[in-house]
Amino acid sequence: MANKQKKNPIVLFIHKTGSPEYFYKLSGRFLPWLIAITTILTAWGLYQALYVVPPDYQQSESYRILFIHVPSAWMSMFIYAAMAVMAFIALVWRIKVAEICAMASAPIGAAFTFITLCTGALWGKPMWGAYWVWDARMTSELVLLFIYLGIIALYRSIDDRRAAARVASIMALVGLVNLPIIHYSVEWWTTLHQGQTIRLTGPSSIDASMLPPLIIMAVATKTYFIAAMLANARNMLIEQDRNKSWVRRLIGDAP
Amino acid sequence: MTPTRRRRLLIVLSIIVGAGLATTLVVFALKENMLFFYRPAEVAQGLAPVDTAFRMGGMVVDGSVVRADDSLAVQFDLTDYQETITVQYEGILPDLFREGQGIIAQGKLSTQGVERPVFEASEVLAKHDETYMPPEVADALEQSKAARGETTP
Repeated sequence: MANKQKKNPIVLFIHKTGSPEYFYKLSGRFLPWLIAITTILTAWGLYQALYVVPPDYQQSESYRILFIHVPSAWMSMFIYAAMAVMAFIALVWRIKVAEICAMASAPIGAAFTFITLCTGALWGKPMWGAYWVWDARMTSELVLLFIYLGIIALYRSIDDRRAAARVASIMALVGLVNLPIIHYSVEWWTTLHQGQTIRLTGPSSIDASMLPPLIIMAVATKTYFIAAMLANARNMLIEQDRNKSWVRRLIGDAP
Repeated sequence: MTPTRRRRLLIVLSIIVGAGLATTLVVFALKENMLFFYRPAEVAQGLAPVDTAFRMGGMVVDGSVVRADDSLAVQFDLTDYQETITVQYEGILPDLFREGQGIIAQGKLSTQGVERPVFEASEVLAKHDETYMPPEVADALEQSKAARGETTP
């Protein structure tokens, strides 16, 4: 980047967070707050979801699993998009912190994808009559899990951490094509899975009285992701930089 | 932006565009095969496979469900508001199965010995829509519809 831009506070912030030492210290300050917010929001959201909101006219109490299933499904795709953005930055600008954040996101995204598939199966059996069918929505979500596992496996199988992160980042960007397929699968093809309920543009087809826990859980899963990703990235960073002077200073082992 | 970064940026962008293009072509090529079910109108036009199992989805016609007294056998009409096909099934139906509900049946079309093809289902799945509301709201909607003289399709 051009030198004259360095005075811009946002650019300065990006340059500073790119430094492993600054990133480690800054994320350490945010982490307890993120964990606290996540815990409170999750407890509040689950209470609202399980006890407060009314039952559904068609599915009665069974639909309450929606408040876990839908936020997890959103996160499985949101985390992938976030990971792809960081992988893109890692590939073009070779910023170590971006590489590590991208790789730290993969297991969390895989976990949310797994939760989505499990809760979907548990919901599908009583409502549809089947745990699993090979329709486009479910199949593409399963493919997303395999892509996540592939990225993790690729990253682990190469010894040089930085080369491993770059190779896995390329896979993350190639896998990006699956996101629109998951999103539009219920519109492009006939599926057992129903269409979209929540729309960012236009009216959603969920009653307003059922919306609060969904919004709370959507925010809670996002703060959880940031907290878990930062915690994971800090561990990876300190292990990778264990011989660097900033880590030695940190543990009081500096000459 | 330095020339090295510009070069990397172009390589990465071409990877994304290339992967996207390849996938688009694959998705278009698989368009028919990705369909989970056929609609009764498509089945009536002969678009569904013959002699092999396929899935057919539609709405259960009001008042068409006939249950056997001595077995789990059930017969109902499935419609997409264009064509209607009779479905025969023996087994346990999902909880959401009822008249006016969307369902997906897996089975074969039997054309032998009947004047009109009958779909012999081996599995019936209920499909629910993307609408969620409390029972009171659903009742109120029904009442206001009835007051306006509309009937649910």
